[in-house]
Amino acid sequence: MNINLTLFGQLAAFVVFVWFTMKYVWTPIMGALEERRKKIADGLAAGERGQHEQELAEERAKGVLQEAKVQAGDIVAQAQKRGTAIIDEAKTAARTEGERLITAARAEIDQEVNRAREQLREKVAILAVAGAEKILRREIDAEANRDIVDALAKEI
Amino acid sequence: MAGDTLTSAEYIKHHLTNLTFGQMPDGSWGIAHSAAEAKAMGFWAIHVDTMFWSIFLGVLFLYFFKKVADNVTAGIPGGMQNFAEWTCEFIDMSVRGSFSSKNAMVAPLSLTIFIWIFLMNLMDLVPVDVIPEISKLLGIHYMKVVSTTDPNATFGMAIGVFIVVFYYTFKIKGVGGFLGELTLQPFSSKNPVVQALFIPVNFILEFVSLVSKPVSLSLRLFGNMYAGEMIFILIAIMYSAGIAMGLLGGVLQLGWAIFHILIITLQAFIFMTLTIVYLEMAHTDH
Repeated sequence: MNINLTLFGQLAAFVVFVWFTMKYVWTPIMGALEERRKKIADGLAAGERGQHEQELAEERAKGVLQEAKVQAGDIVAQAQKRGTAIIDEAKTAARTEGERLITAARAEIDQEVNRAREQLREKVAILAVAGAEKILRREIDAEANRDIVDALAKEI
Repeated sequence: MAGDTLTSAEYIKHHLTNLTFGQMPDGSWGIAHSAAEAKAMGFWAIHVDTMFWSIFLGVLFLYFFKKVADNVTAGIPGGMQNFAEWTCEFIDMSVRGSFSSKNAMVAPLSLTIFIWIFLMNLMDLVPVDVIPEISKLLGIHYMKVVSTTDPNATFGMAIGVFIVVFYYTFKIKGVGGFLGELTLQPFSSKNPVVQALFIPVNFILEFVSLVSKPVSLSLRLFGNMYAGEMIFILIAIMYSAGIAMGLLGGVLQLGWAIFHILIITLQAFIFMTLTIVYLEMAHTDH
């Protein structure tokens, strides 16, 4: 219970302890706490940002999907139209070709008929002349009456 | 433990005597063999036990916290770091609560005060005879384990605190501001004659209040711990009075120790809080 030199010993120890705490204990620990606080704050901010970005991306994706759907619809419609057009075209082409073929065939037939008629006419003329010759040989000279026979043959 | 060779009074007295190193009456230096001899050594003596236990506990505290501070990480803290951080945040919150100015010294000072006083007080929970008996086996006959029951320790700390308080008072308010606070309040008057009359009155009032601050700060801690220690010693005497009294003593000791957990923490906290408040007063004008 005596006050003595211990007082100053304790004072000195106290001062040294406080100095030590200040220099080597408090600063690093509070620094770490501050750093962690910052890290957590940063992390939370980053999380929020990420969420926001995700929302934006989702919206963007929705837009892209919508556009793609519309485009796909367009493409299908176009294809259908084009298909119909091709079919129509083919039909028209086929009809034209058919008509053309028919016409050509008809023309050929006509030609054949004409040729046959010509040949027939010539043959008939020859026959007629031959007939007439046979008749006239008995009576007249064939040469003298050739012009008449020719005129006859032409009339047949 | 008492009884056979010691009377109760001697037992108590023995427990309240520090291991004192100083100059003997014959002029040589050594350790006092009795309370009377220790008293006779006067001012130029030192309480070896107080110094040892306080410095031991202070170093323990600093070792623990330094270890944490060296391996401190802003990532996931380990168990020890968790505890140190929790303590530091508690102190930081207390400082923020009652200290409004900016001063990098206040918080570490408060941390040191709180933990150091708490650890010194904590030694009070070790049964009063354990460490003295062990040291008796080692040939040391006086051993006061609880440093805060030595007024030298509490006054030493209070003086340390008030050196800091005065330093900042002079730094922030200047000598004039300090003298003004000491003489121009609580009574003041516009009339210079009345004011001149008030100055000595103010000075007496303020001077008493100024001196009473460190005294009350240290005596509060000392008184609480000393009384607590005394009750532990008185309970310990019961162990030498038969089995029934011994059992009662055991129950009492347990009860008092549990109650004392509150007191030792509270006293450490009060010392710290008052330090913060005094420093706050040094930083602000009234």
